[in-house]
Amino acid sequence: MNRYPLWKYLLILAIVVPGLVYFMPNLYGEDPAIQVSATRTTKVDATTFAQVELALKTAGHEVVALQRDDKGIKVRFRDTDVQLKARDTVQRALGDNYTVALNLLPATPAWLGWIKANPMYLGLDLRGGVHFLMQVDMVAALKKAEERYVDDLRGILRDKKVRYLTVARLESGGLEVRFRDTAERDKGREAVRKELPELALVDGQKGNELLLIARLTDQAMTEKRKFALDQNIVALRNRVNELGVAEPVIQQQGIDRIVVQLPGVQDTAKAKEIIGRTATLEITLVDEEHDLGAALSGHVPAGAKLYKDRRGQPILLKKQVIYSGDNIIDAAAGFDSQQGGPVAHITLDARGAAINQRVTGENVGKRMAVVYIEIKSETQLDARGNPVLDAAGRPQRNRVRVEEVITAPVIREQIGKRFQITGLDSIEEARDLALLLRAGALAAPVEIIEERTVGPSLGAENIVKGFSSTMYGFLAIVVFMAVYYKWFGVISSVALTVNVLLLVSVLSMLQATLTLPGIAGIALTVGMAIDANVLIFERVREELRNGNTPQAAIHAGYARAFATIMDSNITTLIAGVALFWLGSGPVRGFAVTLCIGIITSMFSAVMVSRAIVNQTYGRVQRLTGLSI
Amino acid sequence: MEFFRIKNDIPFMSYAGVTSVVSALTFVVAIYFLFAKGLNFSVDFTGGTAMEVGYTQTADLAKIRGTLHAAGYIDVTVQNFGSSHDVLIRLPVRPGVTSAALSEQVIGILHSQDSKAALRRVEFVGPQVGQELVNDGGLALILVSIGIMLYLAVRFEWRFAVGAIIATIHDVLIILGCFAFFQWEFSLTVLAAVLAILGYSVNDTVVVFDRIRENFRRMRTGSIAQIIDNAITRTLSRTIMTHVTTQLMVFSMLFFGGEVLFYFALALTIGIVIGTYSSVLVASPIVMWLGISREDLMPTKKETGGDTRP
Repeated sequence: MNRYPLWKYLLILAIVVPGLVYFMPNLYGEDPAIQVSATRTTKVDATTFAQVELALKTAGHEVVALQRDDKGIKVRFRDTDVQLKARDTVQRALGDNYTVALNLLPATPAWLGWIKANPMYLGLDLRGGVHFLMQVDMVAALKKAEERYVDDLRGILRDKKVRYLTVARLESGGLEVRFRDTAERDKGREAVRKELPELALVDGQKGNELLLIARLTDQAMTEKRKFALDQNIVALRNRVNELGVAEPVIQQQGIDRIVVQLPGVQDTAKAKEIIGRTATLEITLVDEEHDLGAALSGHVPAGAKLYKDRRGQPILLKKQVIYSGDNIIDAAAGFDSQQGGPVAHITLDARGAAINQRVTGENVGKRMAVVYIEIKSETQLDARGNPVLDAAGRPQRNRVRVEEVITAPVIREQIGKRFQITGLDSIEEARDLALLLRAGALAAPVEIIEERTVGPSLGAENIVKGFSSTMYGFLAIVVFMAVYYKWFGVISSVALTVNVLLLVSVLSMLQATLTLPGIAGIALTVGMAIDANVLIFERVREELRNGNTPQAAIHAGYARAFATIMDSNITTLIAGVALFWLGSGPVRGFAVTLCIGIITSMFSAVMVSRAIVNQTYGRVQRLTGLSI
Repeated sequence: MEFFRIKNDIPFMSYAGVTSVVSALTFVVAIYFLFAKGLNFSVDFTGGTAMEVGYTQTADLAKIRGTLHAAGYIDVTVQNFGSSHDVLIRLPVRPGVTSAALSEQVIGILHSQDSKAALRRVEFVGPQVGQELVNDGGLALILVSIGIMLYLAVRFEWRFAVGAIIATIHDVLIILGCFAFFQWEFSLTVLAAVLAILGYSVNDTVVVFDRIRENFRRMRTGSIAQIIDNAITRTLSRTIMTHVTTQLMVFSMLFFGGEVLFYFALALTIGIVIGTYSSVLVASPIVMWLGISREDLMPTKKETGGDTRP
C-alpha cells in the first residue's frame, strides 16, 4: 500500500536532477571583469583585441581570462583592484570611441553555459549594479517649446489675416512679433490671447517698429518642464526594459533629475551606452538653393546650417526643423525588400504624419535629411590621461553635442505615416537606431551627471548576512525536526534541502533578481515549507494513536493532510501573487521567491518525503512501529 | 519525542468571551497608536535627503553615526556607498527645514570631525514616489484580503471567510500598532513582511477550519463549541510545531540578518505570535458566533439526496 510505482520515482528524478544541474552555477561565484564594447561608429575586432591585450601586458595587470565575442571584449581579473586599474588603462589606450565598463561575470564552467544554466542575478543591494543620476536639460526643453510657438504664432496671425512683419524667438527667451502699426498689433494681440492663453503678452517698441513680446507664463513653464521630465522617465523606462533588467528603479528626483538603478545588469557597457546616448532625431530639408562651396568658405546663408554626414562629407541643411523625434511613435529594424540593405522602419504620430505628408508632397525630388543628435557627457582629461578636477575636487565634465546626418535620401514620393531610413551599415546598427527611436525620442536632452557602479562592500556584507542567517535557521530546523520526529524528521530535512535546491534552481532558470528581501523570502519559505511535513507527521501520529497499523497510518496521514496543505498553500499563494502584482523593488523580489517556494515546497514535502518514506517502510512485512 | 499528548479537548470556546474582549482591546489600542503616533515611515515612503560624503581614507561608519546621533540626528542612516571612502547619509524629511539647510548642517558636523570630508552630492527623494508606494501597498492589502475571502467562501463557507479575514486584519493591525508604538522604521521591506503575514496567518486559520469542517462531517454528536474545541486541540500540536520552525528561521534573520532584515524579521515575529493566537481564539469564535451549523458543511448532493425521498 505504501509503494510508489516506478514512474513516480522517475518523475522525482526527472525534476530533482535538472534542478541540481541548474542549481550548480550558483556555487562558482563571480569574477570582476571589464567589458569593452564599441560605440556606434566603431567596431571591436581583432585589432582592438590586440590593443587591449598589449595595453594590459604593458601595464602589468594580471589577467585571468581574455575573450572576444560578438558583443565585445571581456577581460576577467583576480580582484577588483586590478579591475579598476585595468579599466583606466584600457580606456586610455582605446580612447573615447569605445565604452569600457566594469562588470561582474559569473565564473561558471563552460559546459553549464551551453545548457543555459546561469547563476541567479543579484540585486543592487547584494552585488551593486549601476546607479545613474540624470539631469534633464530644461533650458533646451523650453527652447524647443518656444521654437514650436514660432510656427503656431505665424499660423494664427495668418489665419486671422493680421499683417505682421516677422515672428522670431528671442535668445533671452520669449518670442517677438514685429508689426508696422498699432491697429494690426491690437488685432494680433487679441488673436493670440484667445488662441494661446498660456502666453503672457507685453507690448514693446524698437525704433519705429511696434513689438509684441510673448512669454510662457510661469504655470505653462512648469507644465512644460513636468512634461519634459515625465516623457523622459517614460522613455528611459522603455529603454531599460529593452535592456532586460529585472527590477530597474527609475524615479524622479528633485525637479529635473532622474535616478536610474540597474541592479545586476550584466552588460553594463550596453546599459551605459543606451541610457547615456540620449539621442533625438530632427528631420529637416537639404538646402539645395545655396552653394555648398560658398558655405564651406564661411558664407553660410541665413536659415541654413552646415553639417557633416556619416562619411564626413559636408552637407548644407535648412535650419527649420520639420518635425522631431517627439512625433515618432514606433521604429523597427528590418531589411529593405527592394534594395536589400538594412533599414529602420519609422511610424509617425498624426501630427508628424500630417506635416510629413505636406512637406514631402511639396518637395518630391528634393532631399530630406535625418539628423541624429547625441548629447554625450565626458570627463575632461589632461595630457597624461588623468581627470581634470574643478574647484570642488570633482572631475570636470564636458557636454559634447554630436550632430550627424544619418542619411539624406531623395524624397521619391509623398510619404506620410510610415517610412524607412535606408543607408545604414549593418542590421546591428539598424536595430540600435530603431531601439533608440522606439524608446521614444526625448523631449529634452538628458545627460548623466553621475554614474556609479555600486561597489561590492555593502553588497558583499549583505550577501554574507543573508546567506548565513538562512543557513543557521536551516540547520536549527534540521536539528529540531530530527529530534522531534526522529527518522521522519530526517526525511523532512532531505525534502527541505530538495526544496531549497529547486527554489534556487527555478530562480536561476527564470533569471530572477535576488535581493536581500528575496533571500528573506527563501528563508521564510523554508520555515513554512516544513509546515506541510508537520501537518502530515502529526496526522500519522494521530492515526497511530487511534489504533491504526503503521502502514495504514502513513497512508491516511498523507492522504488526509493533502487537502489541508492545498488550502493553506493556495491562500498564501494568493498573497504572494498580489504582492508580485502590485509590489515594486524589494517587495517584488520577496514575492517571487515566496510564490515559487510555495510551489516547490508542495512537491518536495509531499512527493519527495513520501518517496523516501515508501522506500523505508513500504516493503517491510509486519511493520510494528514507525520512527516518528 | 512529543510535547502535546492532550487527552481531553481543551475548552477553547469557553474562553472565547474573555479572549475576544482582550483582542478587541488590543485592536483598539493598536488603532489608537496608529492614529496618535503614526508610522515611522522610511525614506522609501516619505522621501528625504540623501547625502554622499567622500573621505580621503576609509570612513569610520560607527564614528560618523555616533557623531550625528550626538548632534540630535537620531533617525539618520549611515552606510557605505560605492566604496569604503564614500558614505551615504540618509535623513528623512524634516518639516520646516529645507533639504539644502539640512545637508549644510550635517556636513558642518562631519567637518568638525574630519576636515577632509567632502560633500559629494545632495539628493532629495520626492514625496510623490512615496505616495505611489503607499497607494500600491494599500491596494495590495485590500486585494489580498478580497482574494483570500473569495477563496475561502468558495472552498468552505462565507462564515469561515469572514472569520479568517477578521483574524488576519487583527494580526496586521497589531503589527502596525507595534511599529507605531515603538516608532520602528516602516520601510518597503517591512511592508512585504506585513503582506506575507496576511498569507501566513490565513494559512494557519485554514488548517484549523479544515479540521472543523472534517469534524462536522465526522462527529455525529456534540455541540458546535465541542466540535470546534476538538478541532483546535487536535491541530494544536501542528500549530505550535509549525510556528516553532518558522520562528527558528525568523530568529536567525533577526539576529544574523543585519540591519536591513532586522525590522523585517521583527514584523514577522510579531505576526507569527499574534497569528497563532488569532487563528485559535479569534477566527474560530467568530465562525461560531456567526451561527455555523452542521448543515452548512454537509456535502450538498450525495448525502441529502437519499433523505429527500418521500
